[in-house]
Amino acid sequence: MDIIKEFYSGFSIMNQEVSLVLVLVFVLLADLFCGEKGKKYLQLLAIAAFALNVVYGFTLKVDSTYQDSFAGMYVTSDMHILVKNILNVGTLLVFFFAHYWNEHENRSQSGEFYFLMLSTLLGMYLMISSGNFLLFYIGLETASIPMAAMVAFNKKAHESAEAAAKYILTAAFSSGVMLFGISLIYGTYGTLYYNEAANAFLAEPLQIMAMIFFMAGMGFKISLVPFHLWTADTYQGAPTPVTAYLSVMSKGAAVFSFLYILITVFRNYAETWQNILWWIIVVTITVGNLFAIRQKNLKRFLAFSSISQAGYILLGVIAGTPQGMAATVFYIFIYLFTNLAAFGIISNIENQTGKVGMDDYNGLYSTNPKLAVIMMLAMFSLGGIPFFAGFFSKFFIFLAATQKEMYLLVFIALLNTIISLFYYLLVVKAMFIKESTNPIKPIKSDAMSVIGLAICTIGMIVLGFISPIYEYMSSISFGI
Amino acid sequence: MNIPVEYFLVLSTLLFFIGVFGFIVRKNLIGILMSIELVLNAVNINFVVFNRFLYPDKLEGFIYGLFVIIVAAAETAVAIAIIINVYRNMKNIDVNSIKELKN
Repeated sequence: MDIIKEFYSGFSIMNQEVSLVLVLVFVLLADLFCGEKGKKYLQLLAIAAFALNVVYGFTLKVDSTYQDSFAGMYVTSDMHILVKNILNVGTLLVFFFAHYWNEHENRSQSGEFYFLMLSTLLGMYLMISSGNFLLFYIGLETASIPMAAMVAFNKKAHESAEAAAKYILTAAFSSGVMLFGISLIYGTYGTLYYNEAANAFLAEPLQIMAMIFFMAGMGFKISLVPFHLWTADTYQGAPTPVTAYLSVMSKGAAVFSFLYILITVFRNYAETWQNILWWIIVVTITVGNLFAIRQKNLKRFLAFSSISQAGYILLGVIAGTPQGMAATVFYIFIYLFTNLAAFGIISNIENQTGKVGMDDYNGLYSTNPKLAVIMMLAMFSLGGIPFFAGFFSKFFIFLAATQKEMYLLVFIALLNTIISLFYYLLVVKAMFIKESTNPIKPIKSDAMSVIGLAICTIGMIVLGFISPIYEYMSSISFGI
Repeated sequence: MNIPVEYFLVLSTLLFFIGVFGFIVRKNLIGILMSIELVLNAVNINFVVFNRFLYPDKLEGFIYGLFVIIVAAAETAVAIAIIINVYRNMKNIDVNSIKELKN
């Protein structure tokens, strides 16, 4: 009896997972039993149920600084809860933007859309909270397999099929490479638990090789150069709400768990992985920026921009300090609002006119001034122009790297910010200055998109000025 | 008679790199999927061998191998479904047929 009691008491700190599973099962059953007439309300029901889950997430706190259950398989802290809450908010915003698309082009399968997206979110939760490589692997796959199904959601579209094929094959291959690293970790460390592995430090070449294999596998997931080749095609071909989800949530979850593993399991190899990351960051930021300049499709453009943004996020990871972790999470938080605003507008315009080219946006300000202004704010925030939120997140991340005395790296990143401003302003130029003979007709956005865009806009403008947010993050962060 | 542990590790490393090579050079989507399976099998050999020879009193490696097999099956199912979808759209599962996405 005691074993059973102990088993169930393990769930007592998994509040967020349990409530998400409840929402998940609810959506699945509702989809099954609602019938043709009920389909109308299914989406609202799913969004409402998930919104309750989001609100519930913010009420949670951990008693001590660090808690674990199932013999250390699952760990949680205030920071873990905060990261999950951030992902929750992002997913809710994606639901707002996907509502119109689900209503008009995806009517019969909208239940599946919500179910698959919540499943990936559950996988990311497990990945973030894992204290063992087994749970980490299962979380990772739970996040990436339904994601491939979502990329392939437009069954009739060539692009969607192509993007999904590229995504699932690279995802499977990268998890194979990562698993090879994990198997070597198991062989050399003798354990799969993070906190035990941290103490089994041998300074053997094989352990470093295991770490490099592991980092290569994670590089695919975060889409770092030289593992970024799938990114542009997948982002372009996937349905726009899925692209938005992929570019923010899956990246954020992967970056946080990567950071957590680097500072626990590979704590003693800090110098080695900092050297590796140094080069990866330089190449990622530069290549992402240079390729973004010549893109004509906005989704593809944002794919390369998100590659270079991933490089900036890693500036917080490379520091490995508590400040670095706070800056990383803050960056993800701001990046979420900014990037989702851009994708919200793209999906809004694509839904109603089918246009995604940069040239189609010429003269957008004359026909759709509100959308053009929000897009401009998003581009300014992504580029880091003061005093939008993106400026503050870049500032903190540079500060974290500077405190570790990586001056050259910060200098290169700063130079790249100037390049990135050039291409972000290309979009603004197209919308405000260029004339077009055939501009996009005035668009009446649906209510859900308006709510989503309003939240994103407020986030972009206000969040940088609310200093308690960053202070709270740095009060609960931890590091080497 | 006992086979030394190095033999197994050489086998698994060879298998891993054959899989990587296949992933890069194969022109057929199913072939690529098979190469990925080779990589995963190399991983499984590694886990089982480390468990059997280095830590025989625990079961972590065996369990991990079991999970890898299960998850790989799920992954293959989704991948095959997507490849069938590619075939329906392009009438072909050659890698060169999926290069429409570019500007």
